[in-house]
Amino acid sequence: MEFMTSHLLSLILFFPAFAALVILFLPKDEAKLIRWTALLASLIPLALSIVLWINFQSDAIGYQFVEKYTWYAAIGSSLHLGVDGLSLTMVLLTTLLTPISLLASFSITDRVKAFMMLFLFLETGMLGVFMSVDLLIFFVFWEIGLVPMYFLINQWGSANRNYASLKFMIYTMGGSLGLLLAIQLLGVLFGTFDLVIVTEKWNAASGLLLGFPIETVKNVIFWAFVVAFAIKVPVWPFHTWLPDAHTEAPTAGSMILAGVLLKLGAYGFLRLVLPLYPAQAQHYAGALAFLATAAIIFGAFAAYAQTDFKRLVAYSSVNHMGFVLLGIAAAAKAAGTLDANIALNGAVLQMFNHGLSAAGMFFLVGVIYERTHTRDLSKFGGLFPLVPVYGGILIFMSMASLGLPGLNGFVSEFLVVRGAWPILTVYTAIAMLGLLFTGAYILKGVKNVLHGPMNEHWAHGEHKLTEINTREIIVLAPLMAFILIIGVWPAWILDVINKAMMMLF
Amino acid sequence: MVAAVLILLMPANKRNETRALALAAATFALLLSAWVYIQYLTQGLTGYQFVEEYSWLPALGMNLIFGVDGMSAPLVLLTGIVMFTGVCISWGIDDPHAPTGIQDRPREFFAFLFILASGVFGVFASLDLFMLFFFYEIAVFPMYLLIAIWGWVKTREYAAMKLTLYLFIGSVVALVGALAMYYQAGFNSFDMRLLETANFSPEFQNLWFLPTFFGFAVLGGIWPFHNWSPDGHVAAPTAVSMFHAGVLMKLGAFAALRVGVMLLPQGAQHWSWIIMICAGVAVVYGAFIAFVQPDLKYIIGFSSVSHMGLVMLGISTLNREGLTGAGVQMFSHGLMTALFFAVVGMIYDRSHTRQIPELGGMMKPLPWAGIGFIIGGLVSMGMPGFSGFVAEFPIFMGVWKSQWLVAVIAAISIIITAAYIMIAIRKVFFAEMPAQFEGHISPLTFLDKVAIGLLCGIMVLLGMFPAIMVPMVQTGVDNILRLLGGV
Repeated sequence: MEFMTSHLLSLILFFPAFAALVILFLPKDEAKLIRWTALLASLIPLALSIVLWINFQSDAIGYQFVEKYTWYAAIGSSLHLGVDGLSLTMVLLTTLLTPISLLASFSITDRVKAFMMLFLFLETGMLGVFMSVDLLIFFVFWEIGLVPMYFLINQWGSANRNYASLKFMIYTMGGSLGLLLAIQLLGVLFGTFDLVIVTEKWNAASGLLLGFPIETVKNVIFWAFVVAFAIKVPVWPFHTWLPDAHTEAPTAGSMILAGVLLKLGAYGFLRLVLPLYPAQAQHYAGALAFLATAAIIFGAFAAYAQTDFKRLVAYSSVNHMGFVLLGIAAAAKAAGTLDANIALNGAVLQMFNHGLSAAGMFFLVGVIYERTHTRDLSKFGGLFPLVPVYGGILIFMSMASLGLPGLNGFVSEFLVVRGAWPILTVYTAIAMLGLLFTGAYILKGVKNVLHGPMNEHWAHGEHKLTEINTREIIVLAPLMAFILIIGVWPAWILDVINKAMMMLF
Repeated sequence: MVAAVLILLMPANKRNETRALALAAATFALLLSAWVYIQYLTQGLTGYQFVEEYSWLPALGMNLIFGVDGMSAPLVLLTGIVMFTGVCISWGIDDPHAPTGIQDRPREFFAFLFILASGVFGVFASLDLFMLFFFYEIAVFPMYLLIAIWGWVKTREYAAMKLTLYLFIGSVVALVGALAMYYQAGFNSFDMRLLETANFSPEFQNLWFLPTFFGFAVLGGIWPFHNWSPDGHVAAPTAVSMFHAGVLMKLGAFAALRVGVMLLPQGAQHWSWIIMICAGVAVVYGAFIAFVQPDLKYIIGFSSVSHMGLVMLGISTLNREGLTGAGVQMFSHGLMTALFFAVVGMIYDRSHTRQIPELGGMMKPLPWAGIGFIIGGLVSMGMPGFSGFVAEFPIFMGVWKSQWLVAVIAAISIIITAAYIMIAIRKVFFAEMPAQFEGHISPLTFLDKVAIGLLCGIMVLLGMFPAIMVPMVQTGVDNILRLLGGV
């Protein structure tokens, strides 16, 4: 027991990878065995992170459950893990969505073994980013996650998968090139990659660096960081890889991509950009807010214009993640004030919420796609009487995404605009207009699928649409529960987030 | 060496016995080099170890002095691994319908391969300047025959000739530099441990550094003297390509470091900017050329130029991070290219083409080859968790310290590499399989899998636990830094 509490983080982090290695040795024809092994294995990190959540002291300052192992002594990097309220929330989101996505992918029949292994490796990669307190380790996990995602899209995706997966890979790697170089520079300067030490020394640095005034260098590196994370979020105009990757990825891949991978970018902003470059962030907060507002507005317009159901949901991610960035921009502009703190709370909660609702929406798209083999909105219509349960859940998820009061999206979006309003009034006002279009595209999606004249094609014969099955409902149930709980009583999670934000900024 | 003579004595018709003997000898060499490596590592040794001295031509101060330090011990291990895997994949099946591996005169082939290997071992372990040259030439000569006789029919004469001429010119230039050092030092000895203490005058060092360094660096594939190397790789039979790219190119970089930088440290400081420029060009240019190649082997060949450029870049920084990275990169790149060439060879044996557009769907019949290629690819693009990252990261840190602009430019190569590797993987292994290959791809042999598994395993292990090699390389680097004027 003592071993478990003192190594809790590394257990959560490496268990999925270990399970993937176990699966490697299972016979590849036993698809059922492999599926259940993977699912059960992914429930263990979830259980452990619930233990983590319970034992977490939200009032304590700094990182908790810290573990440190020597890794690359020659360049001063160590496997340094730790969580605070921010990373704890994200760890919970990741360990929650992974088993759900695995259950969702029970319908995969092609090379089940490889699929499940890649998925578990992906989980380790994502958790590593959220847990690391060492810049180099952060980058290591940041990049490692790309590989399984690339192969998930490239091998199990739909028609245009080659283009989409390569675009995803090259975009992200290209974006993180600047990050890599910047991390190298910081490592060379301070001889260590430990985040706490680097933050302290970097903020105190002054004088000339590489022959330039330090402010100039900081400005350049600030943008290197911002671009790397903005591509991942994704912020307009760096978002173009996202609709392709989402649309082509297999259902579970889209769920985890929207649910967790996009959060990595926003997490990078909060964990690295704001603490390392407070002055630059404040100076360029207007630019960030502009990009955020553009993402909200253009994301909504683009989503409205789609005829492909999955692409519509994909663009909605651009729209929703815009609110996260808006909250961050507001916090950067007026760090330390009450308004900034509210905006940050909203941003972090929005990350969690969007993880839930986007995963749910992508799964629902996947459910109907598996039955009809089309995602074209004009091919559906009036399906509600055929599949009332599915219709009900779809409407519920859509309302969460739209920001209906009582469901989770409302809480976080309200907090963001409430906090950002006094700081960035104009941008926030425009962004709120964007909410109108959010409503429009979501209702358009719901209308085209469920309402209107029934498309008789799906009503009879071999094309008759079947109702959502039990396994699929089990996938959705935890998501819906969390959506409702956070919508009605957000205090349990906001308390942790709020204290973390107070301490961080 | 002994093994080579034994193999030549074997009767030509006993093909399998010859192969078995070769494999046994290679295994023995691998175990020995692993033993040396592990001893060095676990006992926390520093400086030159396992030194053996025999007099050879004492009147001229030429002696057989062997020994390894932190820089060369990993390379000795590398040679052992590449030799073992090279023999594994050249084993060959005598099935007339699906011949793989080396079919033609295996006896002579293995004999030459072993002569080559002893030459390489000799260079890495020599502490005597003259002996270093002696073994260096021994390593180059069988290369010529191996390519010219067993190479790819279309270009083998041309490539073998080009390679040999390039390398001879390089080594002659370097030899002149070495002789100049010998006379200038006046110890009447070629012992490099003695020459390190010679304190040559700055003028002398500045004059002789460039010829000596570049003379050796030709074999390391430094731009603009690299263009023998892709031709050579492509023309050579698989095991020789593996040896060539995996070990021989390291020979050049290692000799350039040991003779050029360590014996003429001030010259190195004076001229390091030229090396840095050449290496920087090699890194980016090599990646771009590899990107546009349609032939798999040429892709790997040019990616070697790019990756060896990183080694040179690390050497040119002359600081702790850069040199450490260069040492690890030599090892990592050696394994990686050996793996690449092994896989490409396996595919070529079965499909008789290396043109990427003509290939496809190889993952199904050859899953081990596919996974090997993917892991090699990830190492190649410097993906964290694999040995390439562990090696390249310190190199870049070293470059940041000495000239940041070069680091920024060289980093472009990472993206280019990722792009061409990913495209190649997708086309060759996952795209639709052309109809003419359907059912004609025979599975890999057990030894092929052993080779792939061993190479991949070490790369992953090193990527996850850099501590199994880096501290050792650092002890070698400390010695170089001491010569460079105590840092």
